[in-house]
Amino acid sequence: MINKVVANVHEALLGIDDGMTLMLGGFGLCGIPENSIAELVQKGISNLTCISNNAGVDDFGLGLLLQQKQIKKMISSYVGENDEFERQMLNGELEVDLIPQGSLAERCRAGGAGIPAFFTPAGYGTEVAEGKEVRVFNGKPHILEDALTADFAIVKAWKGDAAGNLVYKATARNFNPMMAMAGKITIAEVEELVPVGTLDPNEIHTPGIFVQRIFQGELFEKRIEQRTLRNK
Amino acid sequence: MALDKDGIAKRIAQELQDRFYVNLGIGIPTLVANYIPEGISVEFQSENGILGMGPFPFSGEEDADLINAGKQTITALNGAVYFDSATSFAMIRGKHVQLTVLGAMEVSENGDIANWKIPGKMVKGMGGAMDLVACAENIIVAMMHTNKKGESKLLKKCSLPLTGVSCVKKIVTNLAVLEVLPKGGFKLIERAPGVSVEEIQLATEGKLLVEGEIPEMKFN
Repeated sequence: MINKVVANVHEALLGIDDGMTLMLGGFGLCGIPENSIAELVQKGISNLTCISNNAGVDDFGLGLLLQQKQIKKMISSYVGENDEFERQMLNGELEVDLIPQGSLAERCRAGGAGIPAFFTPAGYGTEVAEGKEVRVFNGKPHILEDALTADFAIVKAWKGDAAGNLVYKATARNFNPMMAMAGKITIAEVEELVPVGTLDPNEIHTPGIFVQRIFQGELFEKRIEQRTLRNK
Repeated sequence: MALDKDGIAKRIAQELQDRFYVNLGIGIPTLVANYIPEGISVEFQSENGILGMGPFPFSGEEDADLINAGKQTITALNGAVYFDSATSFAMIRGKHVQLTVLGAMEVSENGDIANWKIPGKMVKGMGGAMDLVACAENIIVAMMHTNKKGESKLLKKCSLPLTGVSCVKKIVTNLAVLEVLPKGGFKLIERAPGVSVEEIQLATEGKLLVEGEIPEMKFN
């Protein structure tokens, strides 16, 4: 077993520097590496290119990095929950590449899987297709999308072990498994670091080979974006 | 009388068929889940990574790790399954989902749809909408017939940036059920109860095709 455990979030994020490209797992505020984001804010690393499906909300998630103007460019599919994001984008302070959610997921998966590019019908005939090669398969036009990789991928899992094996909980899985594959260095932040041998190998979602560093987060607020309830 | 949002959802629910996997967008489409006809089994997919999505949780049972694509807290039914985003869109692009219901700002008479961006004003992103409209074989648009200014949302040509081209086949609005014909044009299929063909014509900027008597929508 190759031991990937690092002592804390500080040690986990060593080597992340100004101008780097990061992938951050999560959908909305669900399954985001919140301890690592807090550390990035504290370290004040800037000029970051962040690949993440969303940009958090004004005062949580990636919104915290936006507030401090630490992000130069965002690659996302939906950013509608963040007023500061919209303001920076409309003012030209922030570069933004909006891409369809399925293409974003597949581009990360491809990056991790050694597939340099692929054709998808999503976005054909829209501004997403501008400048991209079009090819017709089975009578239907498709556009060529490149794979994405990152200097560091930061993912969040429910449970993990020292070998870097990860298990996610419910819909907090989302982009985390593909991003784990696509980081040159992948950092896994877990709620619970369990002894090696306790995770059932049949039920591991991310094999440890994709993870270089793992640590147990100190505090998980796990904020809910839209608390929607049913009447009793 | 024109339908309200629940009325639109009720009418769309009549399009559900037994054993359908269904993806519901944010807004009016979400309401469709409340009106599943008796005697049929459908399963709801939410593109952030769940099949077998259940109703909203009771107070105290909400889980930050269990949400739908609108970021709302949800529950999972027996037999539900969670998966990653690449698998989720494999289901969508691979045509394993039989019906997609989504909202729109504009639809054109050749089936183009715009629902993600107002240049210089609203920049929210397309989320999964472009993947959904490019790949689903069966797309129903749920929307009001006109916008807040009273302008038609059924147009000759979309004025806003497109989400997809020639993909919408059916539209259910507060006034009517319409089909988009392969050669272009909105074919009027049903009227909302008490709404006249003339009212629908007035609210439709694109080419409206009216053949014979147009029946009213029926609700149980």
